[in-house]
Amino acid sequence: MGNVIGIGASPKRKEDQRFLTGRGNYVSDIKRPGMTAGVFVRSPHGHAILRSIDKSAALASPGVIAVLTGEDAAADKLGSLPCGWGITDAKGVPMKEPPFPMLAQGKVRFVGDMVAFVVAETPAQASAAAELLTVDYEVLPSVVGVLEAVRPGAPQLFDDVPNNICCDWELGDKAAVETAFRKAAHVAKLSLVNNRLIGNPMEPRAAIAEYEPGTDRFTLWTTSQFPHVVRFLMGALVLNIPQHKLRVVAPDVGGGFGVKQFHYGEEAVITWAAKRVMRPIKWVASRSEGYVSDRHGRDHVTEAELALDETGKFLAFRVNTLANMGGYLSTFGPNIPTNLYGPLLGGVYTTPAIYCNVKVVFTNTVPVDAYRGAGRPEATFVLERIVDVAASEMGIDRVEIRRRNMIPKEAYPYQTPVLVQYDSGDPMGCLDGALVAADVKNFGIRKAESARRGKFRGLGYSTYVEACGLAPSRFAGRLGARGGLYESATVRVHPTGQVTVMIGTHNHGQGHETTFAQIVSEKLGVAFDNVDIVFGDTDRVQFGMGTYGSRSLVVGGAALSKATDKVVAKGKKIAAHLLEAAEVDIQFEAGKFSVAGTDRMKTFEEIAGAAYVPHDYPLEVLEPGLEEQAYYDPVNFTYPGGCHIAEVEIDPETGTVTLVNYTAVDDVGTVINPMIVEGQLHGGIVQGVGQALYENAVYDEGSGQLLSGSLMDYCMPRADHMPMMKIATHSTLCTHTPMGVKGCGEVGTIGSPAAVINAVVDALSHLGVTHVDMPATPNRIWRLLQNASLPVAAE
Amino acid sequence: MKPFAYHQPDRIPDAAKLLTSIEDSKLLAGGMTLIPTLKQRLASPPALVDLSRLGHLKGITDDGATITIGAMTPHAVVAASKLVKAKIPGLAALASMIGDPAVRIRGTIGGSVANNDPAADYPAGVLGLGATVVTSTREIAADGFFRGLFETALEPGEIITALRFPMPLKAGYAKFKAPASRYALVGVFVAKFADGVRVAVTGAGSGVFRVPPMEEALSRSFDPSAIAAIRIDTDGLTSDIHAEADYRAHLVTVMAKRAVDAAVS
Ligand SMILES: Cc1cc2nc3c(=O)[nH]c(=O)nc-3n(C[C@H](O)[C@H](O)[C@H](O)COP(=O)(O)OP(=O)(O)OC[C@H]3O[C@@H](n4cnc5c(N)ncnc54)[C@H](O)[C@@H]3O)c2cc1C
Repeated sequence: MGNVIGIGASPKRKEDQRFLTGRGNYVSDIKRPGMTAGVFVRSPHGHAILRSIDKSAALASPGVIAVLTGEDAAADKLGSLPCGWGITDAKGVPMKEPPFPMLAQGKVRFVGDMVAFVVAETPAQASAAAELLTVDYEVLPSVVGVLEAVRPGAPQLFDDVPNNICCDWELGDKAAVETAFRKAAHVAKLSLVNNRLIGNPMEPRAAIAEYEPGTDRFTLWTTSQFPHVVRFLMGALVLNIPQHKLRVVAPDVGGGFGVKQFHYGEEAVITWAAKRVMRPIKWVASRSEGYVSDRHGRDHVTEAELALDETGKFLAFRVNTLANMGGYLSTFGPNIPTNLYGPLLGGVYTTPAIYCNVKVVFTNTVPVDAYRGAGRPEATFVLERIVDVAASEMGIDRVEIRRRNMIPKEAYPYQTPVLVQYDSGDPMGCLDGALVAADVKNFGIRKAESARRGKFRGLGYSTYVEACGLAPSRFAGRLGARGGLYESATVRVHPTGQVTVMIGTHNHGQGHETTFAQIVSEKLGVAFDNVDIVFGDTDRVQFGMGTYGSRSLVVGGAALSKATDKVVAKGKKIAAHLLEAAEVDIQFEAGKFSVAGTDRMKTFEEIAGAAYVPHDYPLEVLEPGLEEQAYYDPVNFTYPGGCHIAEVEIDPETGTVTLVNYTAVDDVGTVINPMIVEGQLHGGIVQGVGQALYENAVYDEGSGQLLSGSLMDYCMPRADHMPMMKIATHSTLCTHTPMGVKGCGEVGTIGSPAAVINAVVDALSHLGVTHVDMPATPNRIWRLLQNASLPVAAE
Repeated sequence: MKPFAYHQPDRIPDAAKLLTSIEDSKLLAGGMTLIPTLKQRLASPPALVDLSRLGHLKGITDDGATITIGAMTPHAVVAASKLVKAKIPGLAALASMIGDPAVRIRGTIGGSVANNDPAADYPAGVLGLGATVVTSTREIAADGFFRGLFETALEPGEIITALRFPMPLKAGYAKFKAPASRYALVGVFVAKFADGVRVAVTGAGSGVFRVPPMEEALSRSFDPSAIAAIRIDTDGLTSDIHAEADYRAHLVTVMAKRAVDAAVS
């Protein structure tokens, strides 16, 4: 059946058969016998003391089975939601880590903080009862912005976290940077805001929990990017359920972008409640509920300075950032603006000295955590913006200043002053490719044509690198990771030669079922159609850290590659026996085991058959069966990157920015499936464009209300915002991953915001505009034009 | 959504009677505005009175001097209507800019006008054209119909049955879409009649309003340049996370110029 479809091919995605025919199986599609409905009651206040909760009216409401609060959780001695990273400040003092109760205790700290869980026979009954819950709040002033939160006299979220500072983190050689600044011919300065974002996966979060008294086992179906991690964090650290008594299933998941890579309180509450009510419970978030409970992303305020010599060479880079954590520490929270930010500030440049200080700050907002790119888009934005500022202040062409500072291809592996060592790359090659693809040569003609129509046209560059393939465990451990970051895969060859792969990553839109099948098809010579990829169920998959940080192919694919190697190695032993040859003389190619230099051979299917019907088999030295497992812990991060070029046109009358051209030439290492890589780039770029031009999560200072609390007020990028994109790869191979892959899931989101904003600033530079904060909304652009020194007219 | 009774009357008087006899009951037209508020449990009427069986409320007729659009006519039908496109192309264009295809197929002109959302498009067309709101009991001139934020002259139990539009010499609509919702951040409808010009603005304030200085200027010269220097006062204009009042004021001028452009082209 079917053919080998291997590395470099673009077959249609296997998973789309079920998605496009409406046969996906999402959490909310699942029904369990006797299932009840759960609804969370959430705080309407940003900051308040929880005086008391009167359950009586809710409990008396029709169909109600249970009403649970933080007091009940405390009485059952349940743990706090754990943070997966423990960072330390410059003096080695651990971050402040206040408890994060799954249902609020004593105080609520953001609009959406969970106060109670109502279980009823139907969703409508649960909602009706939830409205009858009487919660007595003593409302306190909220603080939502980082600048406000660290000011003296600001509302304090926690008694033992002075000035709301969780950690005063730093990285780099402060003294070396200061020395370099003293010698600088020029210092470029930039203050910027990295806007707060809301992930908005198409499928809202949902969960079903069930307890089986006969076996004392729990099952949690949840919209998660990492079911094994949820099993560990929730079972071992929150609910005290032994790992073998807890099954976590993440079936089809409709998009994650990071939003679903955390252990959420909802998961713990519903699992705990399922045993208390002895019935399965389902909870499905509404979109509005997602806005006030899905972890948000970004939200930095930054001051940056770049020191240069008279030729435009970067001497030192200094960055001071205030990073918003929201009301509590989420699973990866403090890691994102620190370890995934500071080490990226070297970019693709040879800057010899870098210093970064990040104050991680609590505020009365939804906890902030990883969102596609996570820390790296923020770093790229600061660096690629200030490079443009420096170029314009020194009168050096923006491409030229980048060339003068870029790490040449020959200099790899390249050790940066901020921990990371890039193994491979060719930023200049990506830049050269992008300049041609974007037809930069003729930009002047296009700009003049726009000017004739009264429009301003601008071009923006972002030459960037990121670190993904999270992560080398030992390295991560030194930085504060509390878990491992390897991945695992099992390759099960069936007696008939078909293959089932059990892998610890989770596919929620990335096309793993296709890409991973291509790897197996190529490496084992079996038909693409004869390979299935299984993921997302702790009872079926051995173990896994899940999917985030562009790690699935890099780390999971490596484990898979290693496991297939083991299958081939065992197959050779079987073939040697059957072909009466020495093992060293057996070759495996294109699905055939043969004796070198002869025409004697056995097919992959024959070897599989022999392994499961071991009549003629070396049982004394070899076990029957053909199933191999591998764990892979990467030796380094991978460093994809490239050059993005955005071209925008601005209508000075309304301030509207239109993205008219977009070019990306990226180095993602080996490309397994070009179509899927292109799709990942498309999606990633659109998300980055969303941050640059449209998306903004806005809170009201004082009340802590989320003003952009729905799609009516939070602007997502739409298809008609985008031009056709020009996407190409210019790859160097990763030197330490088995297949040379680097990952491509986040590059689009990391490279694009700076390219777009640099283009906007370029379009307005003749008016003296030097910076525009994201999102560059029409109102914001119009305001800049109002304040600009020159009259509003096309040049 | 909370439970409610559902009625589907065949005659206007029956609908009106249900509406007055069941306290807090609501008319249901396309449901594009009403159903989301029910789903979010922001409203919980005991009964809905569905107008969809009142077939004669749907459709567009022309008596030579006016065009009458039945209250239950969906936006998509107005947008595609040969008659409207020929006689008042600016109104067809307005309808084509509302929401997305699904909203245009379900949402109705009567529902939109009755709802009087401060950022809705139709109120600008109705006021700009000086249309007449025809109800189950009377006729109301547009100038007296819209009363600010979601408020209209409709009495309890009163049902809009049609909108009657006089035919302008020229008319145009320009809409600056709110980035997220794509309702009007500012929408301006301009209509030129033999006896003068009307300019109606939606989105900018708490309800649709006219701009007399622009009307006078355009009555003298129906050209964008005639109003380029007219800036409306920011008093009473909305300031929110999408746009500040002075930006909205600026957009009124820009959109008014573009509406005139659309009307003459
Ligand atoms: C995603 C989305 C995008 C949208 N975008 C836009 C936009 O860009 N511009 C815009 O203008 N609108 C927009 N709308 C609103 C849309 O035009 C609605 O259809 C309209 O506001 C209401 O019309 P309806 O027929 O759906 O009314 P319903 O929702 O059924 O009713 C609305 C209200 O009017 C009352 N009502 C309905 N019919 C009558 C009647 N004949 N007499 C008296 N009262 C009546 C109802 O009782 C109810 O209170 C959008 C809506 C959605 C969901």
